[in-house]
Amino acid sequence: MNEPNEDQAAGSPETWLDQHGTALYRYALAKLRDPHRAEDAVQETLLAALGARERFSGGASVRTWLIGILKHKVMDEFRRQVREVPLDDPDDAAEVEDPADRGDFDPSGHWRDRLSDWGNPQETAERAEFIAFLQRCLDGLPHRLGHLFWLREVLEQDTETICKDLDITPTNLWTLLYRARQGLRRCLESTWLKGAGLAG
Amino acid sequence: MLTCKDASHLLSERQERPLTFRERWGVRLHLWICESCRRFERQLATIRQAMDFLRGRAEAEAQGSDLSPEARERIRQALAEERGRAKD
Repeated sequence: MNEPNEDQAAGSPETWLDQHGTALYRYALAKLRDPHRAEDAVQETLLAALGARERFSGGASVRTWLIGILKHKVMDEFRRQVREVPLDDPDDAAEVEDPADRGDFDPSGHWRDRLSDWGNPQETAERAEFIAFLQRCLDGLPHRLGHLFWLREVLEQDTETICKDLDITPTNLWTLLYRARQGLRRCLESTWLKGAGLAG
Repeated sequence: MLTCKDASHLLSERQERPLTFRERWGVRLHLWICESCRRFERQLATIRQAMDFLRGRAEAEAQGSDLSPEARERIRQALAEERGRAKD
């Protein structure tokens, strides 16, 4: 990277927005998928950078340093979203009650309904129609589950980090992700598959 | 012998942690005899691949966008205010 080295360290804060604003915004938007939240993340990042300017070590490029701060801001935002759901939210009660298992399996632990053949995973996953239904099903998940699933699958946060960030046990996390996957699968069976006429 | 419920949990957990030797064999045996769980396994694989696709698409879309002039101006002002405060 060719960053102009104005001061010996982080350069002048006035130029950060001009030189790196676009890169920061694109990063934030790809993760947060919401223009307003992405703008806020950029602003918070630059303000935080302003306060921490003396600690910039000059070793990395300014952009790398700023992106590093932004990553934390993006994670903060996700933490907030996952935690925001009040404790008495019916979604949370549902997590404890295990409705997914009760609905999918009979008392002896067998599937109540035979599962459908979705075809070759690679081919199905690339079909625009499937993607559109998946998006809809993701939006329909309980908020906490949806954010958690996005955190795991799209931001590719590892289990350990998520557990530490959200203060939950690995077992708890595995159960929640299982619920999310079952929820998506069920939703896709009843929406996408019905329309696609693929069901066997 | 694992039930379908047990097997489905392990098939999901496999995406989060390595299964133990015993669990791996339990799942393998179960899948051998259970068509629904084989389909479940492939459904999970489909969802995971589609999520990869969604991630790629979100990144591609972001590459084509930029801060709006209004947002830029707002951030510029916030920075200027903060600098002013720091100087006081």
